[in-house]
Amino acid sequence: MAPMKVYGWAVSPWMARALVCLEEAGVEYEIVPMSRCGGDHRRPEHLARNPFGEIPVLEDGDLTLYQSRAIARYVLRKYKPELVKEGDLEGSAMVDVWMEVEAHNIEATLWPIIRHCIIGQYVGRDRDQAVIDENLEKLRRLLPVYEARLSVCKYLAGDDITAADLCHFGFMRYFMATEYAGVVDAFPHVKAWWDALLARPSVQKVMAGMPPDFGYASGNIP
Amino acid sequence: MKLYGATVSWNVTRCVVALEEAGAEYQIVPIDFATAEHKSPDHLARNPFGQVPAFQDGDLHLWESRAICMYVARKHKPDLLREGNLKESAMVDVWLEVEANQYTAALNPILYQCLVSPMFGGTTDQKVVEENLEKLKKVLEVYEARLAKHKYLAGDFLSLADLNHVSVTLCLLATPHASLFDPYPHVKAWWDGLMARPSVQKVAALMKPSA
Repeated sequence: MAPMKVYGWAVSPWMARALVCLEEAGVEYEIVPMSRCGGDHRRPEHLARNPFGEIPVLEDGDLTLYQSRAIARYVLRKYKPELVKEGDLEGSAMVDVWMEVEAHNIEATLWPIIRHCIIGQYVGRDRDQAVIDENLEKLRRLLPVYEARLSVCKYLAGDDITAADLCHFGFMRYFMATEYAGVVDAFPHVKAWWDALLARPSVQKVMAGMPPDFGYASGNIP
Repeated sequence: MKLYGATVSWNVTRCVVALEEAGAEYQIVPIDFATAEHKSPDHLARNPFGQVPAFQDGDLHLWESRAICMYVARKHKPDLLREGNLKESAMVDVWLEVEANQYTAALNPILYQCLVSPMFGGTTDQKVVEENLEKLKKVLEVYEARLAKHKYLAGDFLSLADLNHVSVTLCLLATPHASLFDPYPHVKAWWDGLMARPSVQKVAALMKPSA
């Protein structure tokens, strides 16, 4: 069986979402590195894989997939279906709920903060504190709901880790490297949940490819 | 099954399409934003983020429209998800994500500016509309190529990925940009096919988007 291929740059939080699921699945895969600053994602050979010109892209034999959450679901359904609670109507619904919460609330809120606190300085963009503050406010309204949830179960969809938790990893990794990590630390159950994720070998392996500055300071511009 | 929220919301009606297609028995329970009912303890027990739609099936409380749709499909019409088939379900998942992150991501601001803002006495920011129309047209080019090869988005079978587009697209018809699909004949044919479905006709009648 040929290993799966994942196209993209390993520092991408979207790439991380796919990679952590591949690691959890224990499946053989290889990263095909692409250059964002080189515009690899806009070249015809990549558009043939993903007509939206984005990464990550997964190749498994003759199947080509894109959209990080779709990749996550496919990999887990194939190799670790318990991580999407397959066969469990109510359990899988809770996985879906918290994946959607992450998609529409967490990613949308953390990414502007990450862009302004970490990336901006390397790409000549002035830090816009108003954008940061606006999104921190949103985050402060979201976290009490997470805290309440994680006070009654160990993980978001129940007492077992699922795709819902794993999908949070990439964006959380960078947010927690900003000066605003304390906003999350103030919520003890959220902090404990985050620490538990960090302790997982899959997460540690993927994190090794994600320097907190996205590689800019060491000249490894993505 | 109970679906909480107002049918003017395209997130609520996204779920109505799925419920209708699944042939599920359900009732819509309106939530009154004017009296902050969405922040009431009763509603927060259904959706701790205080949003609509919220959904109840026995003891199960769900929220997030796309999660609700997936549950309804999985329970009553699993063919819409193809979960027994790894490759087909993967394609459904790809296009479910594309709907959210490409199509509706560009359409939402247009609907907000053209339909919602005026409802609250605000103006339409044409710059936002134009920027997002440009994004949406690029997305439609990809859809056109896809639908030239397959009858539906995930393949030659109708799936939840197609259905999740319906509510926002019905709202698009109420804006000045209703003819957006005209330059994309395969997209138009796909949409016309969806419009002909009894479930979609029923939801179109339910929605009262302001124009």
